[in-house]
Amino acid sequence: MKLTGAQILIKMIKAQGVNTIFGYPGGATIDIHDEILKHDDLRHVLVRHEQGAVHMADAYARVRQTTGVALVTSGPGATNAVTGLASAHCDSIPIVVFTGQVPTGLIGNDAFQEVDIVGITRPCTKHNYLVKDPSKLAEIIQEAFFIAGSGRPGPVLVDLPKDIVQAMIDFQMPGPVKMHTYKPNYKPNKKQMTRAVKLIKAARRPVMFAGGGVILSGASKEFTRIAKLTNIPVTASLMGLGAFPGSDPNWLGMLGMHGTYRANMSIGHSDLIFAAGVRFDDRVTGNLEKFAPDAKVIQIDIDPTSIHKNVEVDCPIVGDCKMALADIAALMEKEARENLMTDRDAWLNRINEWKQLTPLKYEQSFDTIKPQYVVKKLHDITQGKAIVTTEVGQNQMWTAQYYHFEAPNHFITSGGLGVMGFGLPAAIGAKAAAPDKTVVCVAGDGSIQMNSQELMTAVAERLDVKIVILNNRYLGMVRQWQELFYDKVYADTNMEAQPDFVKLADAYGAKGFRCDDPAKVTETLETGLNTPGTVIMEFIVEREESVYPMVPAGGAITDMLLV
Amino acid sequence: METNRYILSILVDNEPGVLSRISGLFSGRGFNIDSLSVAKTADPHVSVVTMVTFCDAHVIEQIKKQLHKLINVITVNDLTQKAYVERELALVKVHAKTDKRAEIMRIVDIFRSRIVDVGSSHFIVEVSGDSGKLNAFVELMKPMGIIEIASTGTIALGRETGK
Repeated sequence: MKLTGAQILIKMIKAQGVNTIFGYPGGATIDIHDEILKHDDLRHVLVRHEQGAVHMADAYARVRQTTGVALVTSGPGATNAVTGLASAHCDSIPIVVFTGQVPTGLIGNDAFQEVDIVGITRPCTKHNYLVKDPSKLAEIIQEAFFIAGSGRPGPVLVDLPKDIVQAMIDFQMPGPVKMHTYKPNYKPNKKQMTRAVKLIKAARRPVMFAGGGVILSGASKEFTRIAKLTNIPVTASLMGLGAFPGSDPNWLGMLGMHGTYRANMSIGHSDLIFAAGVRFDDRVTGNLEKFAPDAKVIQIDIDPTSIHKNVEVDCPIVGDCKMALADIAALMEKEARENLMTDRDAWLNRINEWKQLTPLKYEQSFDTIKPQYVVKKLHDITQGKAIVTTEVGQNQMWTAQYYHFEAPNHFITSGGLGVMGFGLPAAIGAKAAAPDKTVVCVAGDGSIQMNSQELMTAVAERLDVKIVILNNRYLGMVRQWQELFYDKVYADTNMEAQPDFVKLADAYGAKGFRCDDPAKVTETLETGLNTPGTVIMEFIVEREESVYPMVPAGGAITDMLLV
Repeated sequence: METNRYILSILVDNEPGVLSRISGLFSGRGFNIDSLSVAKTADPHVSVVTMVTFCDAHVIEQIKKQLHKLINVITVNDLTQKAYVERELALVKVHAKTDKRAEIMRIVDIFRSRIVDVGSSHFIVEVSGDSGKLNAFVELMKPMGIIEIASTGTIALGRETGK
């Protein structure tokens, strides 16, 4: 059967079970868009900027637990996609990004809209390809999806020269992927797991620590099961929020720079950290030399490079989190319950003291809205069940602290790279993946302006998202650092020059509401969430509110600024 | 931690861009490359990269894992963990005035190296061995006046029968 490159591309994408492509056309990709149009069962979401397309594919992948796809043109289309790729790379999100390229004969010639995107994205993709041989096209696309979704997931880029897309190619559906160089190991080592159970039994002050890997491998159930069997308190990294129910009495809250006091103190005083799917990022460990000095560490990760990278690990378990946690739970079930939780009371009491002493707190006054209060009310009104995306900065940290996520894949944030401008496109991608869900983007007034053009995408595609802007007319997180560490010199963080967000919503055909009265926060949220279509709810909040608690950069995580 | 010299023998897909994936990994993560040599193997689809690096035990563990994570890398073999043979080949162009010729030839002889080109006032000497031997040879040639040097960087093989 002879097919064009474009036909093969779409056929292969559909074979992966993908039903949505986020894209933006250009000269090098017209043939592909022309082909997409012929497939009623494949949705193309036309974005307004390529960065948005990649973030949408990222969130779509997380919510639908599959691989997301973005399609952009050559040159500037491809370079605009780089931030999205780098973010997905840091957060290990499976996406495949197809970029147009100038015809193979022109490559290297400084042709119009030519850029060496494979060279540019080498360090920020899991792998990438330039297709030069049309007969390899189908195989490469299949490999790209395989690499993106297997092992430690990540973004893969496939660069498609225009002549390859237009070529007539003998097509045969390739068989299952076989790569002699890439064989991710899922199966954890039995001996190590037995050792882990022993360490857990011997521990007196254990803490479980979930990261994004627990969510990516769909291991929340298994993780929670072990926490219940052993009555071990649980913390999580930013990426791990939702892996363990936020309403559980053993939930400590997030760990790290803006973690809860009790989570940081628990880790700091623990004698065992049972970590799954984490990479001990600097925002989690603080000063490494002072990190959990008495703790032995069990670490499960599919990626061996994550183990022994920052923290010395006593019991490394390389493998899939879900498989390892299920096996460990099975080993535990053979043990007597009381052996699994010896002398836990003293430890839990101590943690409870930390909690009573220094809970997360803010004071809501009569006249000015506190941003934390908005997030708390959002949580209450949506009963913790909405999919919430964030931008980056204070809005992200307050959401992490005050929206107590109950289930995985509900908190969508740019964790590792910290991309301002992520939240709005991510919300749109999440809505495309889960049309029946309420999707809310919590944003700051600074970051919403980074990709606000995607409001048009949301409205035009009828992907209704609800945007909560916590407007303090500052780049709040940087301002907070300036307040604490730069003598309150607020260099270039003042955002008083900004659009009227209600009018901005109106200009794009969305609805806008503004609220500056604490008494009307609930009402505004309810109205906004219940208004059909895309909605901006702007809250004028306390200008100089800061995120607490906080570990100053370079400090030990037990050494927190509390107010 | 103590800094050691490590020799890694890395089998990779013989494909364009693979070398830049490896060198990019080293520069991006701040690892050091002391020498690097790339060559074909008996299998035309596979190339071998021999790399020498100085670092501590913690860093070499990360280097090996990170290399292994690259999709085009087939195996990473740390030869310094076992018995191995290493060689480096250098071509040394040296001033060879009449009064020095005999002495140069004597040194060449001692080092079991060869003179591969003779000019009216220079020799090119081919010398091979481990880097210690090459350094020693170069030191002895310095007083004669070295004009230029080209060398391969280290290549190495493990001594056992298998790969």
